[in-house]
Amino acid sequence: MLTYKISPISQETIDLLLHSEIKEGICIITIDMKEEPTNLFNLNLVRAYHSIIHKYAQDPSIKGYIIRSAKKEFIAGADLREMFALGQGDDAQDVLQFGYQLHMMLRDIEKVTKPKVCIINGTCLGGGYEFTLSTNYRISLNSPKIKIGLPEIQLGLFPAGGGASKLPYIIGIQNAVSFVLQAKQVIPELALKEGIIDALAADEAEAMLKASTFIQENSEVLAPWDNKKHRIPGGGLFPGGAQIIAGANGNFSKMTKGNIPAGTYYLSCVFQGLQLPMDRAVELESRYLVKAFGTKQAKHMIRTLFLNLQNAKKGKNKPQGHSPVKFNKVGVLGAGMMGAGIAYAAAISGIQVVLKDTTKENAEKGKSYSHTILSKRLGKGMTEEKMKGILGLIHPTESYQDLKDCDIIIEAVFEDPKLKYQIIQEAEAVIGENTLFSSNTSTLPITHLSKASKRPQQFIGLHFFSPVDKMQLVEIIVGQETSEKSVANAIDFVTQIGKIPIVVNDSRGFYTSRVFGISPNEGALLLQEGVHPAAIDRIARKRGLMVGPLQVTDEVSLELVEKVAQTTPKEHWPEEQKRHIEVISQLTSKGRLGKKVKKGFYDYTEEGKRIWPELLELFPPKDHGMTEKTIGDRIMHRMALETYRCLDEKVLRTKEDGDIGSIFGFGFAPHTGGTLSYIDFVGLAQFVKECDELAKQFGPRFEVPDSLRKLKSIY
Amino acid sequence: MDAFIYDTLRTVRGKGSAAKGALSVLTPEYIGRYLLQEFHKKNQFDPNQIEELILGCVSQTLDQGSDIAKTIAMTSGYGTHISGYTVNRFCGSGLEAINQAAAYLKSGYKTKAVIAGGIESMSRVPMGADFGAYFFDPAVSIPHNVVPQGISADLIASKYGYSRAELDSLAVESNKRAYHAQENGFFKSRIALKDFNGYTVLDTDENIRQDTTLESLSKLNSSFEKLAQMAGYDEVALDKYPEVEKLEFLHHPGNSSAIVDGAAIMLLGTQEMSNALGMKPRAKIVSTAVVSTEPTIMLTGPAPASRLALARAGMSVSDIDLFEVNEAFASVVLRFMEDLGVPHQKTNVNGGAIAMGHPLGATGCMILGTLLDELERRNLSTGLATLCIGGGMGIATIIERV
Repeated sequence: MLTYKISPISQETIDLLLHSEIKEGICIITIDMKEEPTNLFNLNLVRAYHSIIHKYAQDPSIKGYIIRSAKKEFIAGADLREMFALGQGDDAQDVLQFGYQLHMMLRDIEKVTKPKVCIINGTCLGGGYEFTLSTNYRISLNSPKIKIGLPEIQLGLFPAGGGASKLPYIIGIQNAVSFVLQAKQVIPELALKEGIIDALAADEAEAMLKASTFIQENSEVLAPWDNKKHRIPGGGLFPGGAQIIAGANGNFSKMTKGNIPAGTYYLSCVFQGLQLPMDRAVELESRYLVKAFGTKQAKHMIRTLFLNLQNAKKGKNKPQGHSPVKFNKVGVLGAGMMGAGIAYAAAISGIQVVLKDTTKENAEKGKSYSHTILSKRLGKGMTEEKMKGILGLIHPTESYQDLKDCDIIIEAVFEDPKLKYQIIQEAEAVIGENTLFSSNTSTLPITHLSKASKRPQQFIGLHFFSPVDKMQLVEIIVGQETSEKSVANAIDFVTQIGKIPIVVNDSRGFYTSRVFGISPNEGALLLQEGVHPAAIDRIARKRGLMVGPLQVTDEVSLELVEKVAQTTPKEHWPEEQKRHIEVISQLTSKGRLGKKVKKGFYDYTEEGKRIWPELLELFPPKDHGMTEKTIGDRIMHRMALETYRCLDEKVLRTKEDGDIGSIFGFGFAPHTGGTLSYIDFVGLAQFVKECDELAKQFGPRFEVPDSLRKLKSIY
Repeated sequence: MDAFIYDTLRTVRGKGSAAKGALSVLTPEYIGRYLLQEFHKKNQFDPNQIEELILGCVSQTLDQGSDIAKTIAMTSGYGTHISGYTVNRFCGSGLEAINQAAAYLKSGYKTKAVIAGGIESMSRVPMGADFGAYFFDPAVSIPHNVVPQGISADLIASKYGYSRAELDSLAVESNKRAYHAQENGFFKSRIALKDFNGYTVLDTDENIRQDTTLESLSKLNSSFEKLAQMAGYDEVALDKYPEVEKLEFLHHPGNSSAIVDGAAIMLLGTQEMSNALGMKPRAKIVSTAVVSTEPTIMLTGPAPASRLALARAGMSVSDIDLFEVNEAFASVVLRFMEDLGVPHQKTNVNGGAIAMGHPLGATGCMILGTLLDELERRNLSTGLATLCIGGGMGIATIIERV
């Protein structure tokens, strides 16, 4: 059994974290971490909290406690830096002691039966929410800006600050398991519905009133898990709960293909923990915390999906020395699917949009797209009034004149250079001197397009992804003439509309399209070599790709793959492209153009998709002698290698952008941290060795650049 | 020293539903005790010549917990000298009990006769009631792609391309054969179950359907599709078998073994014990084998287990006159026959678990008993009984009449 010791904390340290006052017999604890921009769940905070609770635990004049925050957030989350610092000691025992001590302090607090109420006034995620489980009543201000939840699984971790063991007692096993495995973050209204909070309040005053009422009405409160009379909502572990866990085992396995071990640890904590008293359940949680923290998934996911993603969202990859620009009005040229989506994204961020198309009717049609999306959100945080306001920001037009006071233009017409040239010139005739002109393209070189512009230094590429309302990434493409100021401004725009910017230099296919194209290519080669098509897609998905190579080809359309290839002369095609097009043309010649005609590698019917039976005759599966690992490596290693080449060739400006772009742009395996982190995930030396072997067997496309051989790791 | 089967007896099988099964009012202890007492009435051996009771039982909890074999040994009236232990090799438990008895006898580590068999009251102790780690513990089931047996059965059918019609045909034939065997009195080692007043509770296998046809089966909905949708098991299974595009949900209550209650036992001893028992051996245990196979597809063990048993006996498939393979699911039987190359004419000639039901821990002993009776009836010599087993195993036993 573990032992623990609560190390003392000085008043000076406490003062940096929280302060307390006594009002009408209630101890009001205000968390206000002076040295942090936001409150974070860490060991010292819990120590300080513990010391205040215990100071008044035996004091008969104190009836209860209210815990609130002086910051915008309640507690934003766990202090991952603190845990990383521990993890670096190569001594997992440190993490175990850390976790266990933290747990036992919270347990010590829970065992004080005076009522404790917390007022959630802002974001309360992960460790922040787990902190609130030490209280008996959770009140949240009713603002849709507040997010409450347990998103840890997304970072390869799990709620190991008590969330795993305690939540089932509050909302039941089924609800707790699905809340955590889906990494839910919800607004207070939904949090109340989920049962993870107890009450809503319109404002701080109402919250304080509700808190003191709870304290007046409940002189002694036990945590549900310490209360022998408490019954787990929906029933205990046996027999029903175990069946739920078994189902969750299957579903989680289906969802993540075993790529996120933290989910397994989480379910183990629930399954095993519910069979133990809480003090021992949290001990187990501490032990699994060590295990989860030691996984490479956690390491890579935290770096890419937490630290780097936050930086990207805040525009921290911006060239320095350019003051931030706020955009008030955007002109979108072309109200097709992309233009309409961009208009929507800008309008919901409060930016005025001039949506221009050749006719007013077309422009109106583009605007109605926003109406459709917003209508679907009604009742889910969207109101009629808000919707009206947002739609009012979109001005459909057929006239260039309406663009004149726009701060930025986004051209989103067909991928036809001639048309684009014309549009650029027509728009530039109207817009202001300083207006940033951007082109939404996924294929056309920005430097070429900028030749049509009078101000190529203000010309930039903004590659939005489809569907724009769901896809968060925007690939900013820097032409040869594009100024760094324009890059900085473009980043400001992208972050202003709440999307994630990555910056790449102009080159064929930029970054995302170039690496994305690898998977369909390798998939076609594998098919040609006699790998069963079902196996190709499934193995890729098992390795973490959101969509398999053949299915994704169907989605972009086989026709498009052919067309893109034909933009370069056939004699310049590398071997793998020749073979790819050989495969593709065998299908397109039979009218199998892709999902849009419901016929590609798959047949698409109302019952779902099934492999086109004739495909197995065209490419009969045979004994190819490759292991599942080799098949997976051919797809995954090659995508990583191509990303590295982009970095090497300075198409990618930073490795962080490479990782983020791969996950948010083309659905690369999130558990690896992205295409570049993937190399570290495999282990750089191992990766190089395996690529060398693949190059020997399958050709030069697996050749490793010399610069990569010289590295020890990517990060 | 060889191990011999002296005699065998089984109960009728009742539907394994607490609400609708005739036998749910009888505890497994009672059923076991009753069976032992009837067995003694039939054979009149001296109970002092028996030293051990080994019973297979899968769900060893509730009524079947606390070493149900020792419990039954104690209540049987045979005397307190009989020790007892319960064995769990999932669906192979009943045959495992017999193989262990044979091994003890052959090795000389038991010097008196052994009764071995199995028992399962699925109406009272449902499958999974023991909440074992294998299926429930996330740390086990997630990393090893553990799926319920029915999903594995559908995976076999999907992988080897068995159609619903083929599976259903086998099911129709199983019922037809079982009904024919029952009507003609071929199940001579089967007894009715009476309650503690001596009133008959059930006198026939409750599940056999005379009227099963391809047409009637075609109306049944698949059993495991909903389960797969709820818990993602089809994807979990296919992740292990990427070349199988889709899991076809082809098994349903009509072509899967029925959930039933029942028990079976067999008396085993060496040739030398014949005099002391006052009985003549009926068959010799020739060889036994257990193999472990890939756990997700789980149910393909019978053929490799049979091959191993044959190899140990120095025999080939053609040396076997009759086969019994447990009809856990129709696809298991089709795969066994295809893999080992045996015709249906020689396999499960009196039907199987699809018709009569599969009382998990007891079935191994039941099919070996059925095999022995049928070899005698047809005056044939050698038989092989085999079962697929949860977790990916197969078990086989070869017997030869003496």
